[in-house]
Amino acid sequence: MSFHPQMDYAPARFHRSERKLADDGAPFVYTPDNQAKFDENVQHYPPEQRKSAILYALYLAQGQLGYLTGNAMRFVAQQIGCSTADVEDVVSYYTMFYTKPVGKRVLNVCRTLSCALLGAERVTEELSKKLGIAPGQTTPDGEFTLIEVECLGACDRAPVVMVNDDWHERLAPEQAGKFIDDLRARGPAVFTGCHLKKE
Amino acid sequence: MAFEPVLTSFVREPNAHTLDFYLQRARGYEGLRKALTMQPNDLIEQVKASGLRGRGGAGFPTGLKWQFVDKKSPNPKYICCNADESEPGTFKDHVLMERNPHLLIEGCAISCYAIGAKVAYIYIRGEFYHVQQVLEAEIAKAYQAGFLGRNILGTGFDCDVFVHRGAGAYEAGEETALIESLEGKRAQPRIKPPFPAVAGLYNCPTAVNNVETLCNVPPIVLNGPEWFAGMGPDKNGGPKLYCISGQVKRPGVYEASMHTTLRELIYGEEFAQGMAGGKKFKAIIPGGSSVPLLLDEQLDAPASFDGVQKAGSLLGSAGLIVLDETVCMVWLAMNLLHFYRHESCGKCTPCREGGNWLYQLLQRVEAGEGRMKDIDLLFGVANNIMGKTLCAFGDAAATPVLTTLKLFRHEFEAHVKEGRCTLPSEWRSKHPVMAH
Repeated sequence: MSFHPQMDYAPARFHRSERKLADDGAPFVYTPDNQAKFDENVQHYPPEQRKSAILYALYLAQGQLGYLTGNAMRFVAQQIGCSTADVEDVVSYYTMFYTKPVGKRVLNVCRTLSCALLGAERVTEELSKKLGIAPGQTTPDGEFTLIEVECLGACDRAPVVMVNDDWHERLAPEQAGKFIDDLRARGPAVFTGCHLKKE
Repeated sequence: MAFEPVLTSFVREPNAHTLDFYLQRARGYEGLRKALTMQPNDLIEQVKASGLRGRGGAGFPTGLKWQFVDKKSPNPKYICCNADESEPGTFKDHVLMERNPHLLIEGCAISCYAIGAKVAYIYIRGEFYHVQQVLEAEIAKAYQAGFLGRNILGTGFDCDVFVHRGAGAYEAGEETALIESLEGKRAQPRIKPPFPAVAGLYNCPTAVNNVETLCNVPPIVLNGPEWFAGMGPDKNGGPKLYCISGQVKRPGVYEASMHTTLRELIYGEEFAQGMAGGKKFKAIIPGGSSVPLLLDEQLDAPASFDGVQKAGSLLGSAGLIVLDETVCMVWLAMNLLHFYRHESCGKCTPCREGGNWLYQLLQRVEAGEGRMKDIDLLFGVANNIMGKTLCAFGDAAATPVLTTLKLFRHEFEAHVKEGRCTLPSEWRSKHPVMAH
């Protein structure tokens, strides 16, 4: 006799994994260029340690598609020589991999202490208002995705927003709306990031 | 005696990151040249004598770490450079890698020679892609000039340096988690022992060192351990980079000796120049978000590993976050717990579950819906995380709650009594966007 309370064990619900698999998407292979990059990168590690190149392989796939589909993960598993589950294991852990389509520009707003002290919460608020989406969502035109992220490591130039791989720093909440307009009009030229060529 | 910067002397000059500049102005690769004429063991002795302590947070003596590397092992040895700089309030490695990459490359090569490794991996956080591009371009130049690769400077020493890009995990900054991530797995810490010095990357002897630590190695080799040790208080030698952020006039990275006090760093003319907007100082987090707060009366402590510890906190990664009178301490704990809840790797239950509980409790108190017993519950949950996890992450997650409760319990009580946040500053969101 079980001590557990009587529970309706509906096989239809409980005996099926509730794990959500990523969409399979279209069949996937690397472009020849990406394949060459992968083959070069995997040389950095001992021959029996191909799995070390998994993050790089996933970045390449994500760069090609914008996000990671089931087929892309299966392809990466073949390239590395591991199981698809191993790849999913890694993808689900790291925050920089997307398993759903994202906008052309992903706005990663730092929300951790140093940025928050200088108004990062309000930056998110203003961006959210301007774009008409909540954090985590993508605009209907597929242009912007708004994400709140944890410390980006540029606390002296807070608040920081990372747009894809570019950085925009010292974004005052009052300028957030204008920043979006500028970004739409002029593209990456508006970024004030600490890239060498900017200073 | 005025302090001469060592690591950041040239960072504000244009082209300071290039190989030509490094060779002409900064005595570039002379340290490596000298190191390769020495015996590896003498090199380790020199680093030990200098008293160089790990700059990543724990302050462990670097020379000892290298000595522990099992040199008799038949397996290859590895250097892993920890460039996964994710501790809130820390941004020194960012500057070093972007503006002085050759110093790091030289440091990697020397440390490889010291422990008998042929490969160094620089594990850089995924968000630093712009830094990685600079670093990789400069590594390629170092290969061309013969400072990396086969038969370096004709001595028969081979060394490769590779950059490995992470993908957004704070936990990868922990040394065993970094190794797991380098092996292509989830960044979760391992049970120690065995320590990485015995069984690290690919089960081979490995030394994991912070960027700033490795950058200190070439100057030590060049100028000698006495010069280095003489630069600061006893056992806290050498130059130190301080990252000052928060509500100060001039946030930034400043290099100083560890004689400098916290007060000088906040108010000094050559440092952060005091509080922004004429506000009053409230507290400081002296070593990245994971360490206890210090108050005004403790600011005269020297900002050294031992000095800050004596004052009741830790120097950690030297990320000083300065807080002014407008900061609500319940909000502060909530903000940091959002971070720790999000970044917990999920391996140990106390940290994975406890972090979430703490965050929910803090949210309730901050929203004015808390009860008095929530305060004791916070204390209880935090104490049940402290010291009960594989890595220091658990302690780091519990600390913001314990330290704010210890020093600012009255603020928590006021939140409960008045049923609202008692210090709603204008720089905070009016409708906090709640966590996903």
